[in-house]
Amino acid sequence: MNRSGLFWLFLTPVLLWLFLLIVLPHVDLFILSFRTDEGWSLENYANFFTEPIYWLTFVRTAVYSIITTLLTLVVSLPVAFYITKLSRPRVRGFLMILLLLPFWVSELVRVYGWMILLRESGVLNYLFLQLGLLERPVEMLYNDATMIMGLVYTSMLFMVVPLVSVMESLDDSLVEAAYDLGASKICIWRTIIIPHCKPGITSGAIVVFMLVLGNYLTPNLMGGKNSLWFTEQIYNQFIASFNWNQGAAFGFLLLALSSCIVWVGLKLTGQKLGEVAS
Amino acid sequence: MQYDLVISRLVKEFGTFRAVDDVSFEVPKGSFFSILGPSGCGKTTLLRMIAGFEEQTSGRIEISGQDMRGVTPNRRPVNLVFQHLALFPMMNVAENIAFGLRRRKVPAAEIRRRTEEMLERVGLPGYGAKRIHQLSGGQKQRVAIARCLVLDPKLLLLDEPLGALDLKLREQMKVELKKLQAKVGTTFIYITHDQSEALVMSDTVAVMNRGRFEQVGSPQELYMDPQTPFVAGFVGDNNRWEGTVEEVEGETVLIRTDEALVFRARRKADAHKGPATLFLRPEAMVIDPVGTDGLNTFPAVVKAILFDGANSRLLTVTPSGHELLAALPQNRAFDHIRPGAEITLGWHPHSGIVFARREERP
Repeated sequence: MNRSGLFWLFLTPVLLWLFLLIVLPHVDLFILSFRTDEGWSLENYANFFTEPIYWLTFVRTAVYSIITTLLTLVVSLPVAFYITKLSRPRVRGFLMILLLLPFWVSELVRVYGWMILLRESGVLNYLFLQLGLLERPVEMLYNDATMIMGLVYTSMLFMVVPLVSVMESLDDSLVEAAYDLGASKICIWRTIIIPHCKPGITSGAIVVFMLVLGNYLTPNLMGGKNSLWFTEQIYNQFIASFNWNQGAAFGFLLLALSSCIVWVGLKLTGQKLGEVAS
Repeated sequence: MQYDLVISRLVKEFGTFRAVDDVSFEVPKGSFFSILGPSGCGKTTLLRMIAGFEEQTSGRIEISGQDMRGVTPNRRPVNLVFQHLALFPMMNVAENIAFGLRRRKVPAAEIRRRTEEMLERVGLPGYGAKRIHQLSGGQKQRVAIARCLVLDPKLLLLDEPLGALDLKLREQMKVELKKLQAKVGTTFIYITHDQSEALVMSDTVAVMNRGRFEQVGSPQELYMDPQTPFVAGFVGDNNRWEGTVEEVEGETVLIRTDEALVFRARRKADAHKGPATLFLRPEAMVIDPVGTDGLNTFPAVVKAILFDGANSRLLTVTPSGHELLAALPQNRAFDHIRPGAEITLGWHPHSGIVFARREERP
């Protein structure tokens, strides 16, 4: 078999996968989103704008996803720096395993783990009561702060890994040179380390943002009824209201939103998607 | 005399290993001071302590009369040119040079003026907007030095910055650095393992070995009058004989080498009867001397001619197989010499120096 034949042989499964499981269903959903029981209509999209609960959840989800991404970045930068620059090589592998370990367990189990810790009758409340720090148990679940913490926890690995790989290529003497030339520690982060890590930060931020925006489990379980996530609206339309047309429209709005925010983010930091992906 | 740097009894230990072992010296204002030593001798550690990246175990570092203990690198009046230069690739040339001034909150107009002035001084006018990767090796070198000099440091520390350059450029940069130092008048402390760099550029050279200073002196003193066997062997090329001192007469000794040649040579302070080492520069040897009065002579066979222009040598071997280098002056008097020729080599007793043989420190 010649080279191009071999090329197509290996490419076919990928193309089939993409076409049958990604492209085809999306085309079908796209058509569905423009239909109602009476025929073709823009009503599904109009509903979104006329009903405040829909677009408010939408805006909330977008804003909280951005906040979560930023928080994840802030938490991951020192972690990645410690792993690559401060820890000894032998400890480094061990620390990476520690980071990976929670991800061997399914997200559902991890979230339930948090719930056991945080709920009203949970471990933390019990401890605080025993220590006399609290007089009565406090409900720590089902609020925005807890939900965001859960989301940061679930997505941190996807930020740390690209940061570690990009920080490994940072020459230590650059940091020392900046220090020698009079820069303070904060200034070194701002002028040397972060600019160097830009590609890693961008790819990590895109992955984390997409994961958080499309997450259903963590907002649902840890945020509860007080912290609605847009994915829950989509779920409700498909499963609870059985209104597939409306659900499809919401799905496409979410897709448009995420593409839009990633595009704006790349523009703001002056980068191109192709450069980041390579 | 005013000193920019005074170091007294400086010690640095890593675990049980003493990287810098009780070093004391001072550097006069405006001089070019080099620390020369083989790799692993502790010179980089010493430099990093002066810059503030390492804390000394004990001892004192004084810069312009001020004790530097506990002062972080960003607050010391010294700047370091790194071995691989460490220019910031995310900034252009002008931003690199302006980096230190920005940190000092110098007004923008003055930063621009001083950056341009500095670029002109190092011979790169109009290079401000270039990216670092567009520069050649020698230009990067100059930017790295300009980036430090623009801050008017009391001391400029240089950590083997010429190591990465090719030979031709290195020769050129040596002269340029020396001229630059004379022009700006800043005190330079230069560390290197390349003796020619140290000898060519410095006012004073300290030879360092195993964490200690073996000798501090002008390049001429180190070359002509080494105080320890290490300096004799490390600075410049030297031939070496092991032997035994048989007689001591004031400043000269009679030494019998292990291959039973008997020579008169200059005595170093600690040389006495017993095992000793004789050092002799290649250029001290005269090929087929005309008058042999007062000279040490011995026969040798030419093994190879190592032609290198003005620095040409003969590789000769004594009857018992000891290899020696002898300078071969390129004045056409020795054109007849071919490999295999039997010659006589002579040298003046004053040019050979004898040290008592010591057991090498572990």
